[in-house]
Amino acid sequence: MSDTHLVVFIATCALATFATRVTPFVALARQAEHPLILHLGRYLPPAVMMILVIYALRDFRPLAEGQLNAGATGWPMILASLAVVVLHLWRRNALLSIIGGTAAYMTMVQLGWTP
Amino acid sequence: MSSANAWREATTLTLPVMFGYLPLGAAFGILAVEVGMPIWAALLMSLLIYAGAGQFLAVALLAAGAGLVEVAVATLMLNSRHLFYGLSLLKRFKGAGWRKPYLIFSLTDETYSLLTTLPPERARDHALALRLGLLNQAWWVIGSLAGALIGTALTFDSRGIEFALTALFIVLTLEQARRLRQALPFVIALATGVAALLLLPDRHLLLGAIAAASLVLLVHYRFQAPARSGEGHS
Repeated sequence: MSDTHLVVFIATCALATFATRVTPFVALARQAEHPLILHLGRYLPPAVMMILVIYALRDFRPLAEGQLNAGATGWPMILASLAVVVLHLWRRNALLSIIGGTAAYMTMVQLGWTP
Repeated sequence: MSSANAWREATTLTLPVMFGYLPLGAAFGILAVEVGMPIWAALLMSLLIYAGAGQFLAVALLAAGAGLVEVAVATLMLNSRHLFYGLSLLKRFKGAGWRKPYLIFSLTDETYSLLTTLPPERARDHALALRLGLLNQAWWVIGSLAGALIGTALTFDSRGIEFALTALFIVLTLEQARRLRQALPFVIALATGVAALLLLPDRHLLLGAIAAASLVLLVHYRFQAPARSGEGHS
């Protein structure tokens, strides 16, 4: 593959990605104060955050195919997530919660531990 | 706040993203080199495209010899959830001036999450937003470059480190809940998220859930609006 083709290819991806990010700002520039936009601005971020959590944990399907089957990383994922929640409710230190949970997850996954 | 302190503050805020972006970026760099891309091309992608899943998709399409139209359509589809991110940041990015184009360009899932969870008094701090955006992209670029350069020679067992991003989203959800003190958006997200999980294929899951949640919020708004403005008529 030629370098030119590669650059055109990358430019296409870059433009398409930027288009998805910039469209609302261009199309709705004058509607920023509209009550509906304010409504979405208030409620959409927490909803998106929760959806991102569900998405990140999507591999945990304990009842998939009608039997107990959480996949290789299913239970470590859930246990580490609980650790994050407990740590965060307890100390409310974002970095501590994240490092604690990640360390727990890495330990379980690397040792191949699963209940 | 002095400039050095401001950067230190922003670095601390982006540390969780760093734990996620360095290994993910490295995974991207390794993959790019494995399918035969030159290192400069992998670097260019992380600099100009800057979208995690989007770049993995691009490499796969490139390896499969996909055409430009196909690539453009696939990228638009995959990243269309960003449309909804912009919707909720319209007001916040007002008055960002010269920083605005980069703030919009750098709106990844993680940057969006960090920005919307900042305390209210920092919500319009565009200088801080720019620093967060730049640092997050720096972690991504450094990760990709490291992956492309040293790739398979890495000996550090980093299996599982990508959980840092999951942990980040959990922490940010808890922070959003603490701030808002209303169950509504979380109930909506739970319903649309689980429904999408059950009904949609993996590649449409995120977009489907976010679009559905926006739609429900729209309906919620329509039903609330008469109650708010209609007191004079009834």
